[in-house]
Amino acid sequence: MTSRPMHLAAHFPGVNNTTVWAEDAQTSPPPAGPGGRQIAFSSFTHLARTAERGLFDFFFLAEGLRLREHQGRIHDLDVVGRPESLTVLTALAATTERLGLAATVNATFNEPYELARRLATLDHLSAGRAAWNVVTSFDAFTGENFRRGGFLDRADRYTRAAEFVATARALWDAAAPDGAGQPVTHTGQHFGIEGRFGLPRSPQGHPVVIQAGDSPEGREFAAAAADVIFTRHGTLEAGRAFYTDVKDRLPAHGRRPEELKIMPGVTFVLGDTDAEAQENAVEIRRRQISPQNALYALEQIWGIDLSGHDPDGPLPEADPDVDSTFVQGRVKHGDPRQIAEKWRALSAEKGLSSRETVIEATGRQSFVGTPAAVAEQMISFVDRRAADGFILVPHLTPDGLDPFVDRVVPILQERGAFRTEYTGTTLRDHLGLPAPRPRTEAGRG
Amino acid sequence: MPEPHKPTTLHLAAALSAPGAPRPYTAADWTRRVRLAEDGALDFVTLTDAFGERGPDALQALTVTAPATARVGLVPAVTTTHTEPFHLQAAVATLDWVSGGRAGWLPAVSTTEAEARLFGRRPAAPAAALWHEAAEVAEAAGRLWDSWEDDAEIRDLATGRFVDRDKLHYADFTGRTFSVRGPSIVPRPPQGRPVVVADTASPHARDLAARHADVALVHAQGPAAARAAREELLARAEAAGRDPGTLRVLAVLTVDLGGGEYAAVPSHGGGGPRAGGAGSPAVYRGGPVDLAELVTAWHDTGAVDGFHFVPADPDRDLERLINGTVALLQHRGRFRTFYPGATLRDHLGLARPASRYAAARGADRSATTQGEPA
Repeated sequence: MTSRPMHLAAHFPGVNNTTVWAEDAQTSPPPAGPGGRQIAFSSFTHLARTAERGLFDFFFLAEGLRLREHQGRIHDLDVVGRPESLTVLTALAATTERLGLAATVNATFNEPYELARRLATLDHLSAGRAAWNVVTSFDAFTGENFRRGGFLDRADRYTRAAEFVATARALWDAAAPDGAGQPVTHTGQHFGIEGRFGLPRSPQGHPVVIQAGDSPEGREFAAAAADVIFTRHGTLEAGRAFYTDVKDRLPAHGRRPEELKIMPGVTFVLGDTDAEAQENAVEIRRRQISPQNALYALEQIWGIDLSGHDPDGPLPEADPDVDSTFVQGRVKHGDPRQIAEKWRALSAEKGLSSRETVIEATGRQSFVGTPAAVAEQMISFVDRRAADGFILVPHLTPDGLDPFVDRVVPILQERGAFRTEYTGTTLRDHLGLPAPRPRTEAGRG
Repeated sequence: MPEPHKPTTLHLAAALSAPGAPRPYTAADWTRRVRLAEDGALDFVTLTDAFGERGPDALQALTVTAPATARVGLVPAVTTTHTEPFHLQAAVATLDWVSGGRAGWLPAVSTTEAEARLFGRRPAAPAAALWHEAAEVAEAAGRLWDSWEDDAEIRDLATGRFVDRDKLHYADFTGRTFSVRGPSIVPRPPQGRPVVVADTASPHARDLAARHADVALVHAQGPAAARAAREELLARAEAAGRDPGTLRVLAVLTVDLGGGEYAAVPSHGGGGPRAGGAGSPAVYRGGPVDLAELVTAWHDTGAVDGFHFVPADPDRDLERLINGTVALLQHRGRFRTFYPGATLRDHLGLARPASRYAAARGADRSATTQGEPA
């Protein structure tokens, strides 16, 4: 049986509590040279080369532009600190050969000309492997690190992102072989620019554009402009609904379904038996949610100081303070009162302590099982059109991806679900994306 | 008249491109050039940058060479006029991480209307205002590089804390045109603060050089003028409260080694570069041997701490510079033949600075101790 071809990407472990830092000294020697595992370049090279050994489509870096704060102080429980994405990916272009290199870069706190130039430079220096994950921001908290200072109205976020991408593509399209290029003029709601790009056309023409928003506006923006969607839909049913919704939006933009790849971010836990994998999963969750992290998670929802609360006791009795400004620098998901109600119900039903409730309610691993079972689940997601592939988020730096590449990739290959060699050189080749069609401002109306 | 400052041992650096020279776009081409400089044990290489001109982003062009080289310093220009100070400092700090402590930053400004129109955010401004802003960016970058103390990452299992937040600091810089809160997103780089190399071709850049630079590049047609420029910068650094021993001064010399073994003009050997008009770049045209004589003569007279060479034709002159002039200086024991140190600061003989915030906390602590009741 031959399955639909799967696409795989590797996410560098997060700057959040999913990355277990407490005992990674036991799993791998400290990195060569200065710095901890989350910043040492050897960590980035190890993970990227592991992904390339596994013939992955691309390597993915998230972005943070302000350290998270809690109760007006810098959050201190999780891995924090990271390199600037495009710079470290440019260095990785020298330590890898085929792997795509995807940087998350904020459209709110950058300008189209400069970012288009940096992305095109990465595409040149990597011989066609650059990708840009477009994110937007609207909070004044992050804005305090930038010239614009303030923030963007929520409603303007996607219009700015869409205009940003269109402007970047206009610059890329104006590039000429000798670097002189055609002059570009763009006048819009957010940007008014004029001039010559200065670089020759890069190997991919347009670096791959990834989009990670999930709102209706985000989906529409992705359908219009993105090559890849990075989603959060981890279950088969939610994935299928999302997949259908987004792919159905493409024809209105003159695009075919295969021109947009849907790749949920997923986690995995392996074991020699299903029982062992389940045990490993529970243990990893316990490490991710320390007693201090459990209280922190509660404070995120409740919006009040819970420093005196017993993490091994029941959930807080008080109701969440919905207007709290207690937590900064993190996107809030959902209404705190609804979440608190759900958590209370869960705690009551299973007799769980505060910490156990947090462990149970947040961030469960997507795929847990033997390598064969995990491969089976992933193939099923792709065959049943819940995804075109996955962005894997390991929980250990830097060798959290090794077991997947060593044990799951060979099974995916045996099943005909994943490539056994790179057949092209560029990221567009790996993703099976068509060459970009030159677009004009007028042609987009 | 104050005592002149004695120059250090000889420091040599080179630009990887020249004004108007075509720039390559592949990692292999840039790596070849940087390796050549590293073969000559140069302190560092620079690469200028300007929006709208042909060529890749300079910081990235040097970054891609970092994994394929081991010792030579990498000093890209990054402009401050239309860019974000926060991104700039993070990118330079990241270059320091990926190169194992070899990063520098060459501040530059964007004065033209053409550059301003590529951003559409602010009109072109006079050089004086832009260099003032560049100095503010240098101050903000220095604070952000210091904003993580070296030992901020603690991984304390007992308390579940990854970092000690008392060792993370707000930069809280407010200048005329921007403000930045901090801390940086990047942990303190290996060199503490990457090396700031300031080109003083614009007189407006001299305040930045005196206050913030670790290396200042001066433009002079002869050793006397170079010495005067160096003394002035060191005096200004001292007036700004710095130890002048923490500033290296290199003379910029465009080198055209397309001729024979010897200088086309006899007076070049040890005499100085061909005189141009006031403000025009100092150009040496001749052979690699006489260039070595010139370097030795200027350094012997105490004019400068070294040279920053700009090859007129990078593909030709960089190779002749390294295999001719530098090899001869090494043979004569005037220049290092290998790198005794690992970081760019090591090559320049500059100490790794302590974080200004760690120093302040130390001072606070001793003050508290003194003030404590018995």
